[in-house]
Amino acid sequence: MERATNKQKILIVDDSEMNRAILADMLGNEFDILEAEDGSEGVAMLQRHSMEISLVLLDIVMPKLDGFGVLSMMNKYHWIEDIPVIMISAERGSSHVERAFEMGITDFISRPFDALIVHRRVVNTILLYAKQKKLMSLVADQIYEKEHRSSLMIDILSHIVEFRNGESGMHVRHVHILTETLLTALTRKTERYRLSPTDISVISTASALHDIGKIAIPEEILNKPGKFTPEEFAVMKSHSMVGAEMLEGLTAYQDEPLVKAAYEICRWHHERWDGRGYPDGLKENEIPISAQIVALADVYDALTSERVYKPAFSHEKAVEMILNGECGIFNPLLMDCLRDCADEIQEELGNDTALRQGQREMQNVARELHKHEELTASERTLELLEHERMKYSFFAAMTEEIQFEYTVQPSMATLSAWGAERLGVDEIIMDPEHNERAMQLLGKENWQGLADALHATTPGNPVITYDCLINYEGGGRWTRIVARATWSSDEPPRYTGAIGKAIDIHDSRMQMDNLERMATHDAMTSLLNHATAKKRVLERLKERPEGKYALVIFDLDHFKQANDTYGHMFGDRVLVHVANKLRQSIRDGDIAARVGGDEFLIFLECKMEIEPAVERIYTALTGRFENFPISVSMGVATIESVGSDYNALFQAADRALYTVKRSGRGYFRFYDDSMESTLSAISPIDGGQEAPKPAQNEKGEC
Amino acid sequence: MTLKECYAAMGGDYDEVIGRLRSERLVQKFVLKFLDDGSYDLLCRALEEGNREEAFRAAHTIKGVCSNLAFTQLLQFSSQLTELLREDGGDSEQVQALFGQVRESYQRTAQAIRSFREEAET
Repeated sequence: MERATNKQKILIVDDSEMNRAILADMLGNEFDILEAEDGSEGVAMLQRHSMEISLVLLDIVMPKLDGFGVLSMMNKYHWIEDIPVIMISAERGSSHVERAFEMGITDFISRPFDALIVHRRVVNTILLYAKQKKLMSLVADQIYEKEHRSSLMIDILSHIVEFRNGESGMHVRHVHILTETLLTALTRKTERYRLSPTDISVISTASALHDIGKIAIPEEILNKPGKFTPEEFAVMKSHSMVGAEMLEGLTAYQDEPLVKAAYEICRWHHERWDGRGYPDGLKENEIPISAQIVALADVYDALTSERVYKPAFSHEKAVEMILNGECGIFNPLLMDCLRDCADEIQEELGNDTALRQGQREMQNVARELHKHEELTASERTLELLEHERMKYSFFAAMTEEIQFEYTVQPSMATLSAWGAERLGVDEIIMDPEHNERAMQLLGKENWQGLADALHATTPGNPVITYDCLINYEGGGRWTRIVARATWSSDEPPRYTGAIGKAIDIHDSRMQMDNLERMATHDAMTSLLNHATAKKRVLERLKERPEGKYALVIFDLDHFKQANDTYGHMFGDRVLVHVANKLRQSIRDGDIAARVGGDEFLIFLECKMEIEPAVERIYTALTGRFENFPISVSMGVATIESVGSDYNALFQAADRALYTVKRSGRGYFRFYDDSMESTLSAISPIDGGQEAPKPAQNEKGEC
Repeated sequence: MTLKECYAAMGGDYDEVIGRLRSERLVQKFVLKFLDDGSYDLLCRALEEGNREEAFRAAHTIKGVCSNLAFTQLLQFSSQLTELLREDGGDSEQVQALFGQVRESYQRTAQAIRSFREEAET
């Protein structure tokens, strides 16, 4: 487990332990030191600790991956943008230094270095980056704040004007929404006005100030219920110019886009497309687009709202009146926009609540954030990620499981602490495919098998189960690997690695194997049982019917005597002894089984003569076990003489055996036609056996 | 034997290293550590096996350590060897000749450090 500390972390990547130690010694009091002994380990550390690392001290010449390799990885994963790198090297060639700076290092210190200088530069660099990081998160947090506060101020200001004006207070908000909707519709129609999302946001916000000049109009004119006299109307009309002048008075803010837009809107929101508006009589696109749009929004909202002197007109009626030129002539393109987004406008105005307003603000912030790409990974997101990582490693440490994570690029496996200890490997394995220990553990075939299985998954169905033998704790253990492939969100998706865990299924698997073994083998001698032997013989005959096969049945002479004299335990040991001898004397491909009691079966194939092979086995089986002389009687049937029917073969061998037993035991005979009518020698112990029941006295006598 | 005498015995620059690393304790610690550094053995092995690339890295590491510790004489020879081993450097005869000098210098350096250590321990 890593120590929890608030010290900033420095990663030293250098293949010389001495060099790392010198640097660690110089910086260890103030910083947490992480060490990597080559470039690929360095990359692994960066992958693992990413944003926790405050600085990297990097050597150039290293095995596996050199300093430039580390830098290109840092560029590829954009770590270089957040983590400063100081390169330390004895390489002084300017091409090296230049290349390093091009790849984004912050500083270059050449060997031999001065302790004070290294220390000073490290501290300075970290301070500089820390300040930058802090500023970044500050900016990210404050964009929202700023946006929020300034629109609040504008709202307050414009509402003061409105209340003085005796309007509902909704007018400003409506004009804002209309302006934004119309501007968005306009950008969909044409690129002529080059309106960025920021421009739209600024103009919409500034729209609230369109009537700010009314603050200077005497209240009795402003709120006069009847018609204006020409003089009064002239005063009233002055509000647009007055508003513009007020904004012009804000000399300190003349370069603010908001002030500029507000100025245009205040001054020209009563101009008309045909040049018959006021105060300047501008026409067509002499009128800034901001003012054109706010003018339309102002008129539309005035028509659709109730006023002391008129009822609220419907949307259709308002559009019709505007199109008829009853409120002056507008840009035909904007008229199209108004028609296009009629539904949208009704919906927006209908639903306008504080909530919608909040959403719009959020959208604005989102747009702003989108513009400042470098701010997307704000400190808060990183903290969340860090929290998730901590949670994950905590739970991984708690469960006694072999959990793993694999990334393709760079090829790296990470194991849970418990898992690594259990398997006796490092928690991080770089390039596992070429890691001796990892391959010893998993085996090349399983590595390939797993890789194939994971590659064959799809993003929709990424989970696989893979059973294999893993070599640890001094032997192979059956293990089930359940893994989920990770796919990138690109189109088409790329396979990027996998996460999963390995479950030890050795014991249950062994149990299954045992059960299977018990079903097919004789428990005492571990030879096959008769049923299985028969199955195998039939398979063999089917696979290669042309082979020169022989089926041999033998039993022990005087076995009953061994049981009677020395007890059944001894008898059992005799059987095990014979079974072992039998196993040793046959070849790999031959089949040997205990058919029942003291009877055994051999099925063998001979390339040459069969008789010498049988004789060899016969001789090998005879001998002594402790004080008991082992002698066997054996009957043999060949395919050549009997044909390849199993039952016929078995019966023939059995008859040959009977013939041997009847004529004095202790040798072997091949079946011939003279034995056709003899009895069977086989005892009825084995249930799966179809041979006829032998006479009891044939077997039991001494 | 003082650390300064140890430096004199190996042909190193005591004043330079103290000037840079600023602490006799630190210098002594790493001088003693020098004996455990595997780069020299690695260099020998790599040259025996004819692995030039690894020999280059090993020589380069020795050079770096020597320059940090101001082992001036060994630095000089290991630097020359490093340059010789750099891609398309000298032939193997030149390498062997220079390696002889590195070996001699390394032994002298190691001997000086060992003597210093023995006296420091007693």
